[in-house]
Amino acid sequence: MSPLPVKLSRTTTRAIDARRMQAEGALAAQNLSPPDSLAPFPFTAIVGQDDMKLAFVIAAIDPSVGGVLVFGDRGTGKSTAVRALARLLPPMRSVVGCAYNCDPAAPAALCDGCKKRAAQGALKTTLRGAPVVDLPLGATEDRVVGALDLERALTQGEKSFEPGLLAKANRGFLYIDEANLLEDHLVDLLLDVAASGENVVEREGLSVRHPARFVLIGSGNPEEGELRPQLLDRFGLAVDVKTPTDIPVRIEVVRRRDAFERDPARFAKAWSVEEHKLRRRIATGRERVGAVAAPDEALEKAAMLCVALGADGLRGELTLLRAARALASFEGVERVGDAQLRRVAPFALGHRLRRNPLDDIGSATRVARAIEEIFGA
Amino acid sequence: MSGDGEAAAWARASHAAALFAVDPLGSGVSLRTPPGPARDAWVALLRDYLPSGAPMRRAPLSISDDRLLGGLDLAATLRAGRPVAETGLLAQADGGVLVLTMAERLGGATAARIAAALDSGEIELARDGLSARQHTRIGVVALDEGHDDDERPPAALLDRLAFHLDLGEVSHRAVKERCASAAQVAAARARLPSVVAPAKAIDALVAAAARLGIDSLRAPLLALRVARASCALRCADVVDDEDLAVAACLALAPRATCAPPIEESEVPPEEAGDEPGSEKNDADPKNDNAQPREAPAPDDLIVAAARAAIPADVLARLATDARTRAPAARGGKSGAALVSARRGRPIGARRGALREGRLCLIETLRAAAPWQPLRRVDAPDDAGLAVRVRADDFRVTRFRERRETTAIFVVDASGSSAMQRLGEVKGAIELLLADCYVRRDSVALVAFRGKSAEILLPPTRSLARAKRLLAALPGGGGTPLAHGLDAAGALAESVRRKGQTPLLILLTDGRGNIDRKGAPDRAKALDDALDAARRLRAPGLAALAIDSSPAAAARADAPTRKIAEAMNGRYLKMPFADAATLSQAVRAAAPAP
Repeated sequence: MSPLPVKLSRTTTRAIDARRMQAEGALAAQNLSPPDSLAPFPFTAIVGQDDMKLAFVIAAIDPSVGGVLVFGDRGTGKSTAVRALARLLPPMRSVVGCAYNCDPAAPAALCDGCKKRAAQGALKTTLRGAPVVDLPLGATEDRVVGALDLERALTQGEKSFEPGLLAKANRGFLYIDEANLLEDHLVDLLLDVAASGENVVEREGLSVRHPARFVLIGSGNPEEGELRPQLLDRFGLAVDVKTPTDIPVRIEVVRRRDAFERDPARFAKAWSVEEHKLRRRIATGRERVGAVAAPDEALEKAAMLCVALGADGLRGELTLLRAARALASFEGVERVGDAQLRRVAPFALGHRLRRNPLDDIGSATRVARAIEEIFGA
Repeated sequence: MSGDGEAAAWARASHAAALFAVDPLGSGVSLRTPPGPARDAWVALLRDYLPSGAPMRRAPLSISDDRLLGGLDLAATLRAGRPVAETGLLAQADGGVLVLTMAERLGGATAARIAAALDSGEIELARDGLSARQHTRIGVVALDEGHDDDERPPAALLDRLAFHLDLGEVSHRAVKERCASAAQVAAARARLPSVVAPAKAIDALVAAAARLGIDSLRAPLLALRVARASCALRCADVVDDEDLAVAACLALAPRATCAPPIEESEVPPEEAGDEPGSEKNDADPKNDNAQPREAPAPDDLIVAAARAAIPADVLARLATDARTRAPAARGGKSGAALVSARRGRPIGARRGALREGRLCLIETLRAAAPWQPLRRVDAPDDAGLAVRVRADDFRVTRFRERRETTAIFVVDASGSSAMQRLGEVKGAIELLLADCYVRRDSVALVAFRGKSAEILLPPTRSLARAKRLLAALPGGGGTPLAHGLDAAGALAESVRRKGQTPLLILLTDGRGNIDRKGAPDRAKALDDALDAARRLRAPGLAALAIDSSPAAAARADAPTRKIAEAMNGRYLKMPFADAATLSQAVRAAAPAP
């Protein structure tokens, strides 16, 4: 293999783009159609999978629900939905030139660089899309947490920190496809950062700590192996996805996918109205979520549900309420009621039930029974 | 295989090569055949069909991430004094084909990386201080050299490959004709974007896939691509029944998990009466296939075509074996796939102190490389050193800590005590699987009764799947002990080939009464069983025989004891084995980690 000199860090992408253009030229000559990776499949065009879509919407409205795990059959649009989500997130205001997307409205959470700049004068800000960052398989630890800036170290002999994926994902979403294939030490690292909201790098004269608050989204297929229980508990919501069995639904899935693959731009345009509507609803939902009331009655019912199910810890109860509140806000309702609690309970609690592998009753059934007991049929 | 059969298999394979070459990117072929001239001829044929200049890269089985995805080129970086990246095979194959050899042993992790590149058309690189998004559109050829049903490429990969071919043992004599010339394939490639598939064709493919018991929605999508390619190769513009039949034969039939009934009475009449001509009006009027006909529903045609493409023996098995209807039963080799990523070999390096493991020199140098100019400034005294390495740079190799154990239960499901015994085994398997969350072991189940043995549960770690399969265990009939041991031996061998440690647990009362030929002969049956047991005597195969016969247990010459001795295993008397004791015994017998 011939070594290919590539300029790194900020310029890497550009250099690779240049080669990509050459490659596309070559492709055209070979008569193979160049791909279109620009337009993702629209979120609203995903057929069915209502639970998964709702869980994502809830996380978009209230990121503090603590992440979403989507576990289920192959080819059900898990990755598609996550990638489509990026287009629906409300834009956020962030500091210009900050690698961590610092929020100018939250002075306490600023990174060190922004604090310094803020002390010198007003911060320049800009509106930008919330990041949805993929954690690619095979990522090494240094690129996840950030490390020495290679290019500057090698060419200029300067010691500087090059932020990693955790920095990029700050205030956005971090997506792990095939979460059950991720190496254990990376999983531990992610859980640690997700819990503390801060990334700490200490290495030979590099000492960096920066905010890293993100919504962790994991997906996987149970046939590839069970997920570690510790990882499971850390997700706020967990959704099971199944391949639809209904033929008309399956036909619709294939038709839409085919239409998309044939002409992504046209397909995206056809769905732009729907997408716009949902984007607006999410934005409004996020604005109003703080104002949604959770009456005592709802708190009590949430507590009863958790007790009935034996869901450990307060985390379940808290997530249940937050998710119900986000759903109420999304639906334009002013107070959390039974309807919202019933709707979100399966994915806020289903994965928190104490595991009894010998029990034949699935957790979904157990949750459904408890709901019936407390809210009535 | 007969000469005719070989010729047909080759014709199908060469047709698939042409169709794949028409539309290769983001799809693939799984070619199951032993290495040999036929396989070489097929690869050469594909090479010829692909556009000249399209890369074809071979990925070795245990390819490392920096070769597959790309990373820092250490030697060049040190030489140049600035970071130099090397592109991985996935990026090098851009616009062409990645060939995977021995794909049946491919690890789940590698398969997932390839699958991600196939899906997204790009590689996200986040390694060794490099972050980049590289564009790559590839096709995949998985060369599958597996022997038995259990050895297949990872399901996550197979699901994304349109063509599943089984060439069998085709001799080079069968390799003659090619179904199209390279020029025809090139012309079809140019024509492909203008090929139209009527909505009805899509519906028919989806319906046919469902009737064949194919769960994944990728299957009909890939079949549709095959149909379009077939249409382009015929120089036509509208996908018609012939193309659908081709797609059914090459893309759907190999994925079938149930045999469709031959009588198709349940088809709604209005669907059958609908004229296929209506969609063809908006298409090319010159199309000579445009005349409407009184055809059966198109999905019937597809199912019939798929049926014809499924070998008779497979068809018979699908028809009788209701269990294969379970979606995971055929494609679900994923348990094994993940497992083979855990072979007892190094699995990369991570930062760590030297006492934590063995130093990985290359990775250590890689980590030290970027710091060299800085360190030269910081510590000019070390001028004599070529490379300055600090403790922070140390990388230790990580190995899989232990080989996994696969507990193979070989259960006597004969006679009246079968139901109770199977119930206990089921309980024990579930208890062991419950343990698997921690221990990451797998469990398999072979049952023998009547005149044969069968693998009821292929090695798995998935509780959900095990439960589904264990729910309906058949029992009753004769006791073909030898068959059971033979089947278990084959399974143990395949487990070992995957780098796991098999542990054999035989549960029987030892009263074998069916010999190897399937004839009821008690004396011959015991001889055969002892012979089968002796064959199991192999290094690295731990065995445990549990005697469930209350009468024989006391005697020194109990047949089960003899069998235990013959296979060099332990013997346990357990006339009233319950699930808990059983799983305890198995845990105690498992080889030390």
